[in-house]
Amino acid sequence: MRNQIRQLVEFIRKEFYHIIRDPRSMLVLLGMPIVQIILFGFAITTEIRNSSIAILDNARDDATQNIISRMENSQYFSIQKDLINNDQVYTAFKTGKIKMAVVFEPGFAENLKHNNKAKVQILTDGSDPNNAVTLTNYASSIILDYQASYNQMQALPMAIETEMRMLYNPRLKGIYSSVPGVMGLILLLISAMMTSIAIVKEKEMGTMEVLLVSPVKPWLVVISKTVPYFALSLINVATILLLSVYVMGMPVMGNVILLFGVSTLYIFCSLALGIFISTNTSTQQAAMLASIMGLMLPVMLLSGYMFPVANMPVVLQVISNIIPAKWYIIMVKSIMIKGLGIGSIWKEILILNGMTLFFLLISIKRYKIRLS
Amino acid sequence: MEQTIIEVRNLTKQFGDFKAVNSISFDVRKGEIFGFLGANGAGKTTAMKMLIGISIPSAGEAKVAGFDVYKETEQIKKNIGYMSQKFSLYDDLTVRENITLFAGIYGLTDTEIAARTVELTNRLGIADEADKLVASLPLGWKQKLAFSIAVIHNPKIVFLDEPTGGVDPITRRQFWDMIYAAAAEGITVFVTTHYMDEAEYCNRVSIMVDGVIKALDSPARLMQQYNAKSMEEVFIILARGAKRSDN
Amino acid sequence: MNNIEISNIRKTYQGKTGVTIALDDVSLSINGNELFGLIGPDGAGKTSLFRILTTVLLPDSGSASVCGADIVKDFQYIRNISGYMPGRFSLYPDLSVEENLNFFATIFNTTIEENYDLIRDIYVQLEPFKTRRAGKLSGGMKQKLALCCALIHKPNVLFLDEPTTGVDPVSRKEFWEMLKRLKNSGITILVSTPYMDEAMMCDRIALIQEGKILLIEQPADVAKGFGRKLYSARADNMYQLLIDLRAYDAIADCFAFGHTHHFTVKNELTNPDVIADYLREKMHTNLDIIEIAPGIEDCFMQLMRR
Repeated sequence: MRNQIRQLVEFIRKEFYHIIRDPRSMLVLLGMPIVQIILFGFAITTEIRNSSIAILDNARDDATQNIISRMENSQYFSIQKDLINNDQVYTAFKTGKIKMAVVFEPGFAENLKHNNKAKVQILTDGSDPNNAVTLTNYASSIILDYQASYNQMQALPMAIETEMRMLYNPRLKGIYSSVPGVMGLILLLISAMMTSIAIVKEKEMGTMEVLLVSPVKPWLVVISKTVPYFALSLINVATILLLSVYVMGMPVMGNVILLFGVSTLYIFCSLALGIFISTNTSTQQAAMLASIMGLMLPVMLLSGYMFPVANMPVVLQVISNIIPAKWYIIMVKSIMIKGLGIGSIWKEILILNGMTLFFLLISIKRYKIRLS
Repeated sequence: MEQTIIEVRNLTKQFGDFKAVNSISFDVRKGEIFGFLGANGAGKTTAMKMLIGISIPSAGEAKVAGFDVYKETEQIKKNIGYMSQKFSLYDDLTVRENITLFAGIYGLTDTEIAARTVELTNRLGIADEADKLVASLPLGWKQKLAFSIAVIHNPKIVFLDEPTGGVDPITRRQFWDMIYAAAAEGITVFVTTHYMDEAEYCNRVSIMVDGVIKALDSPARLMQQYNAKSMEEVFIILARGAKRSDN
Repeated sequence: MNNIEISNIRKTYQGKTGVTIALDDVSLSINGNELFGLIGPDGAGKTSLFRILTTVLLPDSGSASVCGADIVKDFQYIRNISGYMPGRFSLYPDLSVEENLNFFATIFNTTIEENYDLIRDIYVQLEPFKTRRAGKLSGGMKQKLALCCALIHKPNVLFLDEPTTGVDPVSRKEFWEMLKRLKNSGITILVSTPYMDEAMMCDRIALIQEGKILLIEQPADVAKGFGRKLYSARADNMYQLLIDLRAYDAIADCFAFGHTHHFTVKNELTNPDVIADYLREKMHTNLDIIEIAPGIEDCFMQLMRR
């Protein structure tokens, strides 16, 4: 036993040497989360400010004036009010002057008062769908706001539809959805991809042959490969959280220790995935390709990081359930944004535990004490 | 025979303080088989890289096939053939595809390529295997095919970097038969090898130790000069004193 | 006790281009404390045999034992008592000489100090470079470091797969001198090489070609099996000499051999003077033909052609 601990220590030291002596890779591993957070936080933000919109107010009553002033004050829009007919709306779109137009029907306030129903039309530039959806969301949220305040004074309330996303992210800040996504992606990349590459590299260099012919236990080889990447991943969790709290102004609403706990669980799951990949590939190139195609793309496309799962076809929604990152991102959102405790995420914790166990078991089963 | 095809004067390659090749000078004559020997780390590979135009010298002069190694590397590449032990053919292409590829790189026309493919596969006795993947050929055949492809464009000089490593003794000799034949056709052969009996097939050999050329002559005269029975003995006498055994 | 027994080992690989037979019914018996050479070209099956004996590869059929331990059942024991140097020197290029050695000492549950005596002769040559990264060492130095790493746990048996390939003659000579000393300290050594001349350094050798053992013999006795007269010829124009010899009817085989050509005749009674006369007619100068004793390479080539 003492010998094995000494072997393990020596082994881990060696793994750290490999990483430290490749400064370029280390820079990428530690710098990547910083760059990603900053990119998603500042540059590739889905937030919109001062978009040019037009308003065609056919009613010109209290209600429409109230809504328009709310829009004006929102900072999202820069309003060009001087439209008097529909033709002008189309001209403005064609010349690219505006991104959205809001058209109030004649007698808006009257209809609201007497029919409990009024029509407002929101026209957006569909050539930029993402932008169009965001603008529509902003505008409808402002209108709903108005309706809510209007309802308070009203005897007969109107049915109001709101979206979940708005509830917890009232200002629709892009950073709120990108931090959990970046965490899900980075941790997976470092833990799964780098671990699998590191193990396969030994096979490729032929050193695995010597290790196999030594008394060293194979599990020890694998464990020591994962330790440095585990450490690197934890450093990255800390970096991302510090950046998002102090630079991006996104507070952690829930328990930080719980957040680190679920991150550790997710890292374990990713490490197990990395080991699993390494048992199935024999070249670094193959391991890298397997990680990118099998892990990175699904995380980016199916985990809900970039596209909401709810909007996907049912088949993809079902597939998204086998992606560990999906569950992790749900947990991070729950803890960071909603401030929920362990009681609300026990289901996700169980699922991730199960996945980790599953990958570990098949890896152990597939692990070869011999070549090919 | 006395025409010079490679002319090297005080050629030097320096990495930092370290002179990998330290002011070497020699001539290679047209049509001769020139053995370029040296211990591991003596600077052979570095010197060869400068001569084939993929590494610019730190100092000195050299002309290969009449072209300057500083300014005319593109012309040098057109006029030489190169084969190394590490890389020679694409395993996942067929024999015919490999021939077509390399002949095409050197600008042979389609009719020339077709004619040379037939001629080459017949000469090597692999006409039936022309459409098989190179990976399926025995190592010896691959080496012979690689050499044939290295001289497919009738280069003035062919550079061979340890071409026979790990090959069985019969194939090794068949390989040397091909080298002899190429030399008889007027192609100059510049070859490195660790097999000392192969050094004895060369018209002249140079032996590099610690970045300089310690000896250069015909094998017979070197053996006489060092009072040795074989080139191996000559080599050991010269290289035993090597101070540097690292790159 | 430190003997290796191999009986009827067969190993095939399923590749893209069909089934390759790596080892075809190989049987071999290597005595304890023997320096045994496995001689053959690339692709002969040497590496497969090494991997099977070091327990990292399973044979399709047949059995083998190392120091009395079965290669399948007792693989853990064999891994403890064997030193193995695979074909490519398996070191970590980004670790220093000392770190590599330390690492391998640890995984074999020992320290450099514990068995320093065994590696001292080799390690003193490496010591000046001990902080240098292994990747920056020359071929000869890498080979010495790999040998140190394979020896660090004082193995009973040493498996060396082509330790001298790509290494210059001086380093090769030194390497074989080291092996002799190791053998004298009681280690059984199985070593493979594509260089025929190295066979002379072994106690016994096996010639292997296309997965078959062609011959097992003491190096000095190999030549006895040649069974024919062998002549060596030289002249001023060696290439023309080769062509003319091959064209001559009475000649069976002719190959270049260093600075001479070796040839055998179809009829043992052929007088070499007749051949000399023929060659002089072909205008060869400084002609010299003598009968010589065949070497290992001559024998190997003869066996290969059978």
